[in-house]
Amino acid sequence: MAKQPAAVVGVGQTHHRAKREDVSMAGLCREAIDRALADANLTLDDIDAIVVGKAPDLFEGVMMPELFLAEALGAAGKPLLRVHTAGSVGGSTAIVASSLVQAGVHKRVLTVAYEKQSESNAMWALSVPLPFNMPVHAGAGGYFAPHVRSYIRRSNAPTHVGAIVAAKDRQNALKNPYAHLRNPDTTVESVLASQMLWDPIRYDETCPSSDGACALVIVDEDTAKASPNPAWIHGTVMRSEATTAAERDQVNPQASRDAAAALWAQAGITDPLTEIDAAEIYVPFSWFEPMWLESLGFAAEGEGWKLSESGATAMDGQIPVNCSGGVLSSNPIGASGMLRFGEAALQVRGAAGEHQVDGARRALGHAYGGGSQFFAMWVVGSEPPSN
Amino acid sequence: MSRTLQAPVTVAFDYTRSVGPVLGRFFAGLRDRTLVAGRTSDGRVVLPPPEYDPVTHRQLTDADLVEVADTGTVTSWTWVPEPVKHQPFDRPFAFALVTLDGADAPLLHALDVDSPDHVVTGMRVRVRWAEERSGAITDIECFEPADDLPGGRATPLADREATTGIVTPVSLDYLYAASPEESAFYRGLNEGRILGQRCPSCGKVYVPPRSACPADGTPTAEEVELSQTGTITTFCIVNVPFLGQKITPPYVSAYVLLDGADIAILHLILGVPADQVRMGMRVKAVWKPQEEWTYSLENIDHFEPTGDPDADFDTYKHHL
Amino acid sequence: MRDVAVVGFAQRQMPEFDGSPTCVELLVPLFTECYEQTGWSRRDIGFWCSGSSDYLAGRSFSFVSAVDAIGVIPPVNESHVEMDLAWALYEAWIKIQTGEVDTALVYAFGKSSAGVLRRTLALQLEPYTMTPLWPDTVSLAGLQARAGIDAGIWDERAMAEVANRSLTDAEKNEYAVRKGGSSVEELLARPVYADPLRKHDCSPVTDGAAAIVLAADDRAREVRDRPAWIDGLAHYVDPMSMGTRDLTRAPSAARAAAAVDLDGVEIAELHAPFSHQELILRSELGLADDVRINPSGGALTSNPMFSAGGIRIGEAASRIWSGEASKAVAHATSGPALQQNLLCVLEGRN
Repeated sequence: MAKQPAAVVGVGQTHHRAKREDVSMAGLCREAIDRALADANLTLDDIDAIVVGKAPDLFEGVMMPELFLAEALGAAGKPLLRVHTAGSVGGSTAIVASSLVQAGVHKRVLTVAYEKQSESNAMWALSVPLPFNMPVHAGAGGYFAPHVRSYIRRSNAPTHVGAIVAAKDRQNALKNPYAHLRNPDTTVESVLASQMLWDPIRYDETCPSSDGACALVIVDEDTAKASPNPAWIHGTVMRSEATTAAERDQVNPQASRDAAAALWAQAGITDPLTEIDAAEIYVPFSWFEPMWLESLGFAAEGEGWKLSESGATAMDGQIPVNCSGGVLSSNPIGASGMLRFGEAALQVRGAAGEHQVDGARRALGHAYGGGSQFFAMWVVGSEPPSN
Repeated sequence: MSRTLQAPVTVAFDYTRSVGPVLGRFFAGLRDRTLVAGRTSDGRVVLPPPEYDPVTHRQLTDADLVEVADTGTVTSWTWVPEPVKHQPFDRPFAFALVTLDGADAPLLHALDVDSPDHVVTGMRVRVRWAEERSGAITDIECFEPADDLPGGRATPLADREATTGIVTPVSLDYLYAASPEESAFYRGLNEGRILGQRCPSCGKVYVPPRSACPADGTPTAEEVELSQTGTITTFCIVNVPFLGQKITPPYVSAYVLLDGADIAILHLILGVPADQVRMGMRVKAVWKPQEEWTYSLENIDHFEPTGDPDADFDTYKHHL
Repeated sequence: MRDVAVVGFAQRQMPEFDGSPTCVELLVPLFTECYEQTGWSRRDIGFWCSGSSDYLAGRSFSFVSAVDAIGVIPPVNESHVEMDLAWALYEAWIKIQTGEVDTALVYAFGKSSAGVLRRTLALQLEPYTMTPLWPDTVSLAGLQARAGIDAGIWDERAMAEVANRSLTDAEKNEYAVRKGGSSVEELLARPVYADPLRKHDCSPVTDGAAAIVLAADDRAREVRDRPAWIDGLAHYVDPMSMGTRDLTRAPSAARAAAAVDLDGVEIAELHAPFSHQELILRSELGLADDVRINPSGGALTSNPMFSAGGIRIGEAASRIWSGEASKAVAHATSGPALQQNLLCVLEGRN
């Protein structure tokens, strides 16, 4: 049995900031939802079901917050689902929402992912001390820095590649009115001059902590036909593996490689480098751009940094990556994955504004979470899938 | 001996909540001993005011807000014989739904009475305001019985600047238990030994042992005492201070692959300047004095270089 | 729609689990049981989905190590909901409906006893005006029970009848943590605890885990002669506010009932953690008097958080497999005072 066609016809996001003290959690979500619905030319009353995603409940100190938010999100009297798959959650939430349409169960699904990180402290929420254990890690940066070191050693990449990526994404963010970090003076040199936090990761090579939300309206074929520019879903994939396992490849995890292979097969893509026009890849630390470029098959193993270094991932490059500014410029954790998925949709809809890649026809949205162990990806296109 | 090691853990944080424009009016009202309600499109006056209308879904504005009396009627109640921490009273009390005069839907709060015999549905009550008010729901200390009070009605909203946020302490107490396999590991550490277990399916030696080998889902079983010497596979130099940090930066956190293990453990590297730590460096465990040992990985104070030549990259590259 | 059936079910329920809050060691034997029932290995499973709560475990990402119990080399197609097992099953059923996979194993776990459960659940409430008062689960249920008593919709005797039947039926359920019926009179003679509730009106704090296997079409028929086919699956949510809701009703349950076909249902497994909630659900579902309610003893005798709703589906399916019933409905709830409700109608076909 084939999946029913589904398309994104509405994308909305908040202005992402370190602290959105002007809004409640409901207000934050509604800011994204109302923009997505306006974009889709629909209202909450048109929506059949709502799928909410966010990262750990400890961030906001509310257990299953979708329950108290239900009425404000327009979910009362409707089916409501809550997805939580760690950092990949924004992506997996979009995939669950798509599957409601692809299964033929619903015609118009609203999905929203958010994080209001300013309600607590992410570093605290992610590393509540456990008895008997030893707190050696220092947050997510401390977790990922050793694996970045491994990548540099394995690939012999020059140490300034991370700074090239960071400077590029921060410059791209200036073209995105919703981005959190907006610093026109960021250059490769300024990134290299920033403090070394978790050697080999510098301050400017890390993502910020943001308040923000993203919402998508995903609809069936008939509804999509009424849209001037639907982003058709050509493939979706989720893969998981363990945080730690004997001899697990933590630089280029098997779950990531498997997910990419399955995704390209679904989307009928044989050479992503030439067939994908824009990619929104989850890069919370700059070095993950070359790492994921390899894992996703845009470059051979050990060669990803060459794409980043050469400018191929810049907006005018062969494979523009994170034209929105990416996670490095805005990181409301639970929403970050959906922002990647939504930005990919904006590109193929020709609706990305100043950070639009001319003529983008197929785009990748990518998210990962946990200790590089949960992966969610999709490919969207300006034309309906042919298969 | 219990099957598992257990220890209490408290998860506590003072959450800083921004409340949005509508609850901001409600909380500002409480600070002024005033109850602000919302008029929803179905014609009801609701307290606390919902931020979004349940029917039209639009955000309520000041024009939709009214003030209601601080007297009202109990519409339902329940007795709380054994209060839990941080409830309005630490002695038995009632929770009640109270429809305030001028409102159409009840508000949930505590009702201060001595016994369940002193509550009936329909009884008249009034707000007992807290002496010190900060713009939070706890500005209402509770409701208290108040017979023979006249009714009130909704009145227009007074001009008052909205509050923007509240602070909500959340503190939860848990009894944490290590898994049986982890418990064996921590008990070993209490004896100065590093114990792993071998997976009967794939033969890999896990440290700590696992309730399920992540490769195949089989619990690890056969105990393997590991060497106290190993190889740094990869590491990072921590320069950043963070909440709860026990060691002053800069320090090195490293994956140490103990000889005989198939998975690295994470630990500290000391006894060498941070900038001289290398991938492949051979290190050994340095234990705390025995009298300080507990059931914890912290019994090993850190790892330090053995002085032996570095391990060849090929011997550990499949552990990265 | 594809024909999808429940073909495997395993559960563990206990007052206090002597193990880690990740419950990995509890999940391993459950999966083994599922493989034994189906004759499959993990490689036969197309999709995995779990349900759990970080706040129950007291730590972020508490579900992450649960995938170890699967054995994830090669990596798996997997998802997680911060919801009860029944909603994990819903996500898996959707995944099968897309045609992407033919089989799924869903599981859930929770160690309620690690904290003070009725207090922990206060974090599930509206965080600005409710949680700061720490209204506990029992109190919220008490407000609801009183509302129905005051309105003359049910009384303490009707509640005791529910409890007595549940405790009696639980005697035959090896997993039930509270059991032993007596008589309605004896139960009514027991002291009131959280007026108007007696202790037997409230489900016991329960640790546990459960797993359910789903399969489509021929994959289901290869496992069982009489699979429990999912004839209808629907869920809805109501607003949370205790003030604007009619507490004597559960509109989302009625809505789910209208979305499925309950005609001819012989058995109903209702997820009612408080005795009066069963009375609300029976009314909202419009169940006839001859429908057998909660033959397992129900959640009133054993309510492991995050799996108790799904366990209702497993219990109903077991009775389809055995031929005890031809059509059954299972119900799951979530949130305070029956805020969110799911119905799953199962049918045996000969």
